[in-house]
Amino acid sequence: MMPISLYIHIPFCLKKCLYCDFLSAPAEKDLQERYFHALLSEIVRTAEEYRDREVITVFIGGGTPSLPDAKWVMQVMDALKDNFRFAEHPEISMEMNPGTETLEKLTQYRKAGINRLSIGCQSLQDEELRILGRIHNAAGFYRCYEDARQAGFDNINIDLMSAVPGQTRTSWLDTLCKILALSPEHISAYSLIIEEGTPFYEKYGDVSRGDLYDITLQKQEANGQQVKLPDEETERLMYADTLQYMCENGYHRYEISNYARNDVHNRNRYECRHNRVYWERGDYLGFGIGAASLMDNIRWSNCRDIARYISETGNPDKIREQREKLSIHAQMEEFMFLGLRLTEGIRISEFETYFGVPIAEIYGNRIRKFQQEKLLEQKGDFIRLTAKGTDLSNYVMAEFLFDHADQKNE
Amino acid sequence: MDMKVSRSLAACDGAILVVDATQGVEAQTLANVYMALDHDLDVFPVINKIDLPSAQPEEAIKEIEDVIGIEAQNAPLISAKMGIGIEDVLEAVVHRIPAPVGDPAAPLKSLIFDSIYDSYRGVIVFIRVRDGVIRRGMSVKFMSTGAVEEVVEVGYFGPGRFIPCDELAAGMVGYFTASIKNIQDSRVGDTVTDAQNPCKEALPGYKKVMPMVYCGLYPADTARYPELRDALEKLQLNDASLFYEPETSQALGFGFRCGFLGLLHLEVVQERLEREYNLDLVTTAPSVVYKVHKTDGTIFQLTNPANLPDPSEIDFMEEPIVSGEIMVTTEYVGQIMQLCQERRGKYLSTDYIEKTRAVLKYELPLNEIIYDFFDALKSRSRGFASFDYELKGYEQSELVKLDIMINRENVDALSFIVHKDGAYERGRKMCEKLKDEIPRHLFEIPIQAAIGGKVIARETVKAMRKDVLAKCYGGDISRKRKLLEKQKEGKKKMRQIGNVEIPQAAFLNVLKLDDTK
Repeated sequence: MMPISLYIHIPFCLKKCLYCDFLSAPAEKDLQERYFHALLSEIVRTAEEYRDREVITVFIGGGTPSLPDAKWVMQVMDALKDNFRFAEHPEISMEMNPGTETLEKLTQYRKAGINRLSIGCQSLQDEELRILGRIHNAAGFYRCYEDARQAGFDNINIDLMSAVPGQTRTSWLDTLCKILALSPEHISAYSLIIEEGTPFYEKYGDVSRGDLYDITLQKQEANGQQVKLPDEETERLMYADTLQYMCENGYHRYEISNYARNDVHNRNRYECRHNRVYWERGDYLGFGIGAASLMDNIRWSNCRDIARYISETGNPDKIREQREKLSIHAQMEEFMFLGLRLTEGIRISEFETYFGVPIAEIYGNRIRKFQQEKLLEQKGDFIRLTAKGTDLSNYVMAEFLFDHADQKNE
Repeated sequence: MDMKVSRSLAACDGAILVVDATQGVEAQTLANVYMALDHDLDVFPVINKIDLPSAQPEEAIKEIEDVIGIEAQNAPLISAKMGIGIEDVLEAVVHRIPAPVGDPAAPLKSLIFDSIYDSYRGVIVFIRVRDGVIRRGMSVKFMSTGAVEEVVEVGYFGPGRFIPCDELAAGMVGYFTASIKNIQDSRVGDTVTDAQNPCKEALPGYKKVMPMVYCGLYPADTARYPELRDALEKLQLNDASLFYEPETSQALGFGFRCGFLGLLHLEVVQERLEREYNLDLVTTAPSVVYKVHKTDGTIFQLTNPANLPDPSEIDFMEEPIVSGEIMVTTEYVGQIMQLCQERRGKYLSTDYIEKTRAVLKYELPLNEIIYDFFDALKSRSRGFASFDYELKGYEQSELVKLDIMINRENVDALSFIVHKDGAYERGRKMCEKLKDEIPRHLFEIPIQAAIGGKVIARETVKAMRKDVLAKCYGGDISRKRKLLEKQKEGKKKMRQIGNVEIPQAAFLNVLKLDDTK
């Protein structure tokens, strides 16, 4: 049976974090109720089309999925189980904000079948959490983590964020070491990226590209920002420290920002299977506003307007937008820029099997150029980013897109 | 823009002086009035923008009388935007502008004051008929070229459109078409007459204007060189002051050295090429025309700094000097004088035209005002200063060529001529600017400014160390793809020089050096 993954978007937040550009909505009780009714209806109506599929992973994200009453997540889980066929040992993850946590909720989630928890910690320095606009402090995180273990969660991810305004190398290492001491199964450690349309963007401007760093620091000075972003040198040190500390403490990096605890029997055991589906271009369905789907090389997204989503009661025919059948070229591009995010890289033989043409014929020149620049390396059947290439992954990945003119010639 | 004004004035019997009620008399107001008076035109003022809260029509009237010295008490108070007072203007035209003179019975004599190119009808020639009549079907002759064409259509101008009619007679302004494909045949300033019954002599036409500012224009995509050539040819049709000739640059390939009346003219042409002809351009540093006196006694007109002969062959050089008038409110006189000082200006005089305003007269080297002088003037006077200038002549000057090297390669398109006293400062600022303009590469890029091989300033673009996509969330791949596409698109707007990719806009941006903003 063909596998499928499911993503459920729960957009509600108590308060939007200052760096966040994901789709979220205020947490009115009445709105939540109407949203969940539409969501349940979308799940039921969509499932009809996918009777022949077997669910291998589920991810419930947000927003803050742990904010609404736990009964809603339980109903969503029931709807999924009633309407989809599940594989054996599916991975079912859910995001948890420590500011919304109770032991009771966690117990209910566990009972509902959720077997992997992703806790948004970000930092263990209260001042940094305040600057990020988070709704919890370090103590709140510890309570949440302990309760999660007590509720029976044996697969936990902790989200961390480096290069946060006001952060120092010492404070970052302090957070990292305290987290490593807990020995969670998985750690996501992202460098803060300033996204357009967020309050941070207004304050700090675009630092997503290294070459703008100098200008951005000047801009901070000019705006009289009291709390400054770590400078480039510090940011790079934090990043190098992260990799080193993780490896020394029994973790391996399997994707640019994701680390899994090594397991003696099965090294890959704690890698997030759901995320791998995205990088490996497996099929997935997204439910809820703004959720994205990929099915048989067709991509689409649900509408982003919550009022519209509710008034259409999640009718799949009405809420799906931006439907795009991926051309062969677009598939090749995705194969490269998604696959290269994985530490192991892309498989040369898989490219040829999938597209019926050797990778060298399509991307030979580019791969050679990047090999010369020591950004890519080949190891056996794999092509992967080098350490330097990982730092500059955007630069490399953008080159695997075709010119629009090329595509027209096809 | 002087050129357009002057050309139009030659086709008129009178002129309406439009004064902004919020600004009063400006330097260019004066310049335009003098030009109209030079053409013996009757001028009457109107006060525009009276609908604005900041309008001070009484002040404007007083200024016109005090500063320009023409009667303005009865000036119509109007708002062109709101349609206020327009009838008064039309009445005033009837009463205050003399009726055109000319003999409809005499042989056709008409002046071409502008023209545009239409891909279906060919050249549309704008004329003022002095004597005689032009009508459909008749054969007309362009007196300077001798070309004879048959008139297909005549007409006059309506708001935003052409209105065909049977004939245009002495005193009228309008247009004609004659399936003219060769745009060289219809020169602005030429006289059009009846091919069968020509007038005895041509109208004086226009003084040929010499371009004052030159720069290189190159297609961003080298394959589009022929398109750029065609576009320039068409633009020249209604812009006789635009000059161009082919040139090549090591850095930029094939392009054109173009001559303009000033920096504003350059920007207008560049804008039109990009917008109307959909061309992506790389513009090199604007340069004035220097006179290079060589040791062998010959004089060489230098329009491209890259062509400067070896210093050993140069006896001395001369640069163009302009006399400029800056009108400014008295509180900013200090700042403006400082600016002129920095730009090697020679102070001539200050005239206070009323309590709050002064006219500063300076002689300035043209090469000091072509880059960003207007911007600097505006920013240092909060927009209150206005500036007008005319070429005075050439003066000997200590000039040197500043070369810019990027990653140790000399970029000819960035070379420019500068006075030796300002060379160090200029070089330093250029390097600083380029450092901001050039994105980081995988390797470190030194940027150096040099005079005759001696490096006088250096900056470094650090190597790129981090360029990573954010969290890829909820499988929203399309959004990540867009980010990558944007990045790739950005690269296309780059010009590869050696190993280094330089944004096209950098070639002009590095010249905007005033940093007091």
